[in-house]
Amino acid sequence: MSLLRVEGLGIDFGGLRAVHDVGFSVGPGEIVSVIGPNGAGKTTLFNMISGLYLPGRGRVSLDGADVTGMEPHLLAARGLSRTFQNLQIFQAMSVLENVAAGHHLHEKGSVIADMLSLPSSRRRSRQTRDSAHTLLERVGLARAAEHKAGSLSYGALKRLEIARALALKPRVLLLDEPAAGCNAVETEEIDRLVAEVAAGGVAVLLVEHDMRMVMRISSHIVVLDHGEKIAEGEPASIARNPRVIEAYLGAQAGEANDAVG
Amino acid sequence: MPELMQFLMSGVTVGAVYALVALGFTIIYNASDVVNFAQGEFVMLGGMMTVFGYAAGLPLPVAALVAILATAAIGVALNKLAIEPARGAPVVSLIIITIGASIFIRGVSQVVFGKQLHRFPAFSGDAPIPVLGATILPQSLWVIAGALAIFVGLWLFFTRTLTGRAVLATANNRMAAQLVGINTRYVMSLSFALSAAIGALAGVLVTPITLVSYDIGISLALKGFAAAMLGGMGNPKGALAGGLLLGLMEALTAGYISSQYKDAAAFVVILGVLFFMPQGLFGTKTTERV
Amino acid sequence: MRLSTKAVTLLVLSLVIAVAPLFFPSTFYYRVGSLIFINGLAVTGLVILIGYAGQISLGHAGFFGIGAYACALAPAHLGLHPVLAAVLGAVLSGVVAYVVGKPILRLKGYYLAVASLGFGVLVAMVLANEAWLTGGPDGIAVADPGLRALLRGFGVDLSNAQFWYGFCGLVLVLGAWLALNLYHSPTGRALRALHGSEVAARTVGVDVARYKLNAFVISAVYASVAGSLLALQNRLVTPDMAGFMHSIEMVTMTVLGGAASVPGAILGAAILTALPQVLTVFQEYEQLMLGLVMMLVMIFMRQGLLPSLARLLRGRGG
Repeated sequence: MSLLRVEGLGIDFGGLRAVHDVGFSVGPGEIVSVIGPNGAGKTTLFNMISGLYLPGRGRVSLDGADVTGMEPHLLAARGLSRTFQNLQIFQAMSVLENVAAGHHLHEKGSVIADMLSLPSSRRRSRQTRDSAHTLLERVGLARAAEHKAGSLSYGALKRLEIARALALKPRVLLLDEPAAGCNAVETEEIDRLVAEVAAGGVAVLLVEHDMRMVMRISSHIVVLDHGEKIAEGEPASIARNPRVIEAYLGAQAGEANDAVG
Repeated sequence: MPELMQFLMSGVTVGAVYALVALGFTIIYNASDVVNFAQGEFVMLGGMMTVFGYAAGLPLPVAALVAILATAAIGVALNKLAIEPARGAPVVSLIIITIGASIFIRGVSQVVFGKQLHRFPAFSGDAPIPVLGATILPQSLWVIAGALAIFVGLWLFFTRTLTGRAVLATANNRMAAQLVGINTRYVMSLSFALSAAIGALAGVLVTPITLVSYDIGISLALKGFAAAMLGGMGNPKGALAGGLLLGLMEALTAGYISSQYKDAAAFVVILGVLFFMPQGLFGTKTTERV
Repeated sequence: MRLSTKAVTLLVLSLVIAVAPLFFPSTFYYRVGSLIFINGLAVTGLVILIGYAGQISLGHAGFFGIGAYACALAPAHLGLHPVLAAVLGAVLSGVVAYVVGKPILRLKGYYLAVASLGFGVLVAMVLANEAWLTGGPDGIAVADPGLRALLRGFGVDLSNAQFWYGFCGLVLVLGAWLALNLYHSPTGRALRALHGSEVAARTVGVDVARYKLNAFVISAVYASVAGSLLALQNRLVTPDMAGFMHSIEMVTMTVLGGAASVPGAILGAAILTALPQVLTVFQEYEQLMLGLVMMLVMIFMRQGLLPSLARLLRGRGG
């Protein structure tokens, strides 16, 4: 039983076939990693699944329902959440407010109630703040709660985005290079966090370049090259797959083997 | 039928002016991604300074040349003093800066030149020439010819000269242009100077017909912007097409619908373009990369 | 007890409004004051649109004009009491804002700016041209709302200038309270989120189009009420209340003090309203000065006066 299913997904930009005929599925509690060389179409794939791009071909299903081309805020209402490779932080808001904003679907109410600061509005805000604090503690950013988001380090911002994405209480979580630019300690923390999230029954789809992390936590791996899926399977078999090694792992094959080891 | 001809004539004349203002927008937009709301003031300054130069005793061509050069200098000053210091500012700030600049120039002109309408003699007299059942002023022919000459000249400049191609390169990708050794600062100043000079020339050509006062700049800027958008922001071909089309639409609106609402034609055009054809006639669609 | 910025703002504002008249050498200052409050109300609405939601409008004077002319026309043609006319104006502005906003808010940056500008100019054009209804470029008179007479019935006798000073001040404080409430509320967070990153806001479930429209409509209502107050106070409405220059002034006031800050915008309104009054000798130089102020503030104090001053006082690194 899969929560997220992608079938025959493809998109062209002008004459360029960015993604072609990609299909896989992610079940609850599974961590599926999408890997491939730069320009393989991984982020484009994410953008299609999360509603930012309209796919040219194929289907995206969420819990059995066809959600192809559905707008991002409607996908969010169905429990799909994501982070961004290039960070899309709310710079002018505080760290806490960033995570609070992630609670939008749980806290939104009447504009009038908000303008009049009615008890219902204040209650919603209070609940959001409490929940946001808890999430910040979970990602280790509790002390920075009142700081302006723009003042945080890159690694911290990556964790902030994850906290914001978790605020939605998603059923499907898309993480676009969550460990990029992070040092070994930060990567391990994210590693642990992702495993924890999946253990809670969330279907996690991950794009990552850090091979050790990918091999360690993935239930299975999808390999893209030039927009097409060239391999799919368990970490061990992917590490030994000659096509994959040729296209991507190359010199890192040894690293991958050790990690699986 | 002769009525229609008359409207078409005046439409093409005023359209030529809009095309030149639109061209000015286009050059600056291409160079700096800024929409310069002060563009209309360049037209006003060109006409105004020629009036006062001529009144001071200079022969008309000399007064015009001085006015054009002075306006070009003001354009460069605008870039150096107001726009470059605000590099990277959000769009709201840039809009306020250029509108502020336009208001400032207008305010100074009000003090220096006064509030009245001014004019200088037409280049080859005022006797209307009969054409196809309607009449056209000799000065209108100057306006149209002048606009065409500028468009052709600039096309040659951008495609045949090294400096012109450097300007295009900078417009396309500033960093890359710098990396291949193009002095992008100089290119920016040149773009502003060119843009201002074109505006000033338009002012010189059209003042004998429409007269000039300190506050004509704003409506010209808005209409020039409408024309640039109609043709496709950033495309010189579009500036010409958009300007002429807008001029014709305005003249036809004034003639057949209501002269009071002729100015509304430009805004209806803007809104229409924005909703149905945001990239304009000759523009290209862009996608935002995340 | 630590007071929130909201409480401090409202307290200071109310205090200034209440205490300032003690220093007024003449009734003229009451009029300047109420003008400041009217402009302050209009720009408080714009703070929600420009500061919170990050949009732009160069045509909001159009709504100001609708609110103003509603107070002139509705009593004359519909027999409505002027205060009800103001309510009608607000409702009308809200509806127009909804209808116009829906399509134009799909645009961004310069395109949105010019589309909104077009709207404002069209409103002003209609007001100036349809003289049979609106009295043309010279405007029309507005009937006395009879509010002072009402107060006299309660034994409170204020001069015209005093009454409007107090009334406008009251409405401003109310408007500021509503806008400040919005900032920390769920709706406010949604608006500020879409300002920070539209893409991310969508991803967390914000219906961006709907919230932009909300901000547009709310700010239109603010402008409309401000226009109604001016109409009822001056007893005269003219088309340039809806004109392009007025729209520009409104935006400049908003951004001058700090676009995302209600107190900042009110400060901006105070400065730009008082300046021409102070410089009446230099009437000729008014435009020049306005243009100069606009450029200088945007170049050197990009966040606006209040935040820049605050940073200065806190010292770099605050």
